[in-house]
Amino acid sequence: MNRFKSFVIKEFYHIFRDRRSLIVLFGIPIAQVLLFGFVITNDIRNAKIAVLDYSKDDISREITNKIVSSQYFSLAETLNNDKDIEGIFKKGRVKMVLVFENNFAHDLENTGKANIQIIADATDPNLANLLVSYLSAIIMNYTLDMNRLAVVPMQINMESRMFYNPELKSVYMFVPGVMAMILMLISAFMTSITITREKESGTMEILLVSPLRPSQIIIGKVVPYVLLSFSSAVMIILLGIFVFGMPVEGNFILLLAESLLFIILALSLGILISTIANSQQTAMLMSMVALMLPTILLSGFVFPIENMPFILQLLAHIMPPKYFIIIVKNIMLKGTGFSYVWKETLVLIFMTFFFIMLSIKKFKVRLE
Amino acid sequence: MENQVVITSKNMIKKFGDFVANDHLNFEVYKGEIFGFLGANGAGKTTAMKILCGLLTPTSGEIFVGGFNVYTETEKIKRSIGYMSQKFSLYEDLTVFENIRFYSGIYGLSDADIKMKSNNLMDKLGLSAQRNSLISSLPLGWKQKLAFSIAIIHDPQIVFLDEPTGGVDPITRRQFWDLIYDAAHNGITVFVTTHYMDEAEYCDRISIMVDGRIEALDTPFNLMKTYNSENMDGVFLKLARA
Repeated sequence: MNRFKSFVIKEFYHIFRDRRSLIVLFGIPIAQVLLFGFVITNDIRNAKIAVLDYSKDDISREITNKIVSSQYFSLAETLNNDKDIEGIFKKGRVKMVLVFENNFAHDLENTGKANIQIIADATDPNLANLLVSYLSAIIMNYTLDMNRLAVVPMQINMESRMFYNPELKSVYMFVPGVMAMILMLISAFMTSITITREKESGTMEILLVSPLRPSQIIIGKVVPYVLLSFSSAVMIILLGIFVFGMPVEGNFILLLAESLLFIILALSLGILISTIANSQQTAMLMSMVALMLPTILLSGFVFPIENMPFILQLLAHIMPPKYFIIIVKNIMLKGTGFSYVWKETLVLIFMTFFFIMLSIKKFKVRLE
Repeated sequence: MENQVVITSKNMIKKFGDFVANDHLNFEVYKGEIFGFLGANGAGKTTAMKILCGLLTPTSGEIFVGGFNVYTETEKIKRSIGYMSQKFSLYEDLTVFENIRFYSGIYGLSDADIKMKSNNLMDKLGLSAQRNSLISSLPLGWKQKLAFSIAIIHDPQIVFLDEPTGGVDPITRRQFWDLIYDAAHNGITVFVTTHYMDEAEYCDRISIMVDGRIEALDTPFNLMKTYNSENMDGVFLKLARA
């Protein structure tokens, strides 16, 4: 046990004396969560629009006010002519123009029908779509309110509710994603580098000749990173809760346990990489290409898996982060217990075993 | 005492696929002797050394190190040997004391032993003032001496040195050999591979490997006589070109 202890102490010296690894361990997680939370956001806030009101009546003005006061949109300009529309888009001053036709209120009161035209700048198609649907929703609400006063026979009232994330905050999506990404980065990346570093410096040879067993060497390498990754995971969760107001509806302990499982999975991947790679650079490259990019692109964290081509969907299903993200979302947002995430948990456990077995096999082969 | 055998190798064979790295190696190493293991790159020195250290399993042969069987008792072998490679293998980002403590720790020394031995060691090498300096700040010669002293800190029966003096100037190399003699005096058997032929002459006995076989094994003096040469360089060239 004394042997193992001196090994782990040595690992901590390595980590705490290397400024780069400290940055990776603690700086990057904080920076990533804050970046994703504040900067890369799909939420609409104060999108600039222009209004071209040919009618200039009470109702058109009321609708405009309602839109502008919604905090999703702000009125950047009032136009007088439809020739100005092109110009204002080209200058990039606004994302959307709202056009009220002549005699808007008059038509509405007499025929029960009036037209609003929404013109959006679709150079960014996702944003344009989002803006149009937000705006339609506001106008829809307004007509519903109006109809409540009038007596209208037969009407279908559509009401949609966004469960688990009523305000559609994208932070709710990013926090689990960033967590998966960071844990992958720290755990897999750092362990693969620390093991290959020993190979490069020749100290691995000495360790193998020593009475330490290969399993003790590997576990000794990994233990410090389990602790550090775990504190990193807790830090990300706390940032999510206190900075972005993310709820933890489910069991906090379960959330931590699942994070630990994912950390161990990522560590076993790191070990696997280190048994294949012979230099730190190879290890770095392999973790980047084989782990980081798929974590970002294929885990459903940024792009929905359902919209991917079939082959990529298949690929996405073998990406461990996908399951972890599902689990985290379930626990944090839906407040489900273990009975709802046991399948995903089982997949993660299975993958962990698979990678560990594979590493052991590889490690032995290398010794021969 | 001269003839107490610590390493026996009878017909050691190691094959990698069709390639025979070690072809029927037969030798014995005695307690307290400095045994030189010479050969060109690729002659099979490293493979044989790895087998003796318990890192590789031989294909066949009866091999005992420190009285332990290399097939079944590698754990015991590892506990009774020390090892130093040409890279000196110290952790550059750890201090002198931390390196000593780490290596003594993994060999299972008690805290009291570690304290006593590390103080003795630093005194002997004149490194006490550098106790808390990082290894990266030490000159190469000191690193090498420290690496050797650490390799024998747990009083092994045998210490294996894999080209220990690579890249060091002749004066430092000479000082390093003083440490080796010292260890041998204290009953530690030294098994050393080297490229430097002048170094070979410091050994009690040497074996010369060519293409996986041991072509010659004797004292440097006898070898020079047999091969009618004034120095080991000549002996080596004659064997390697034969």
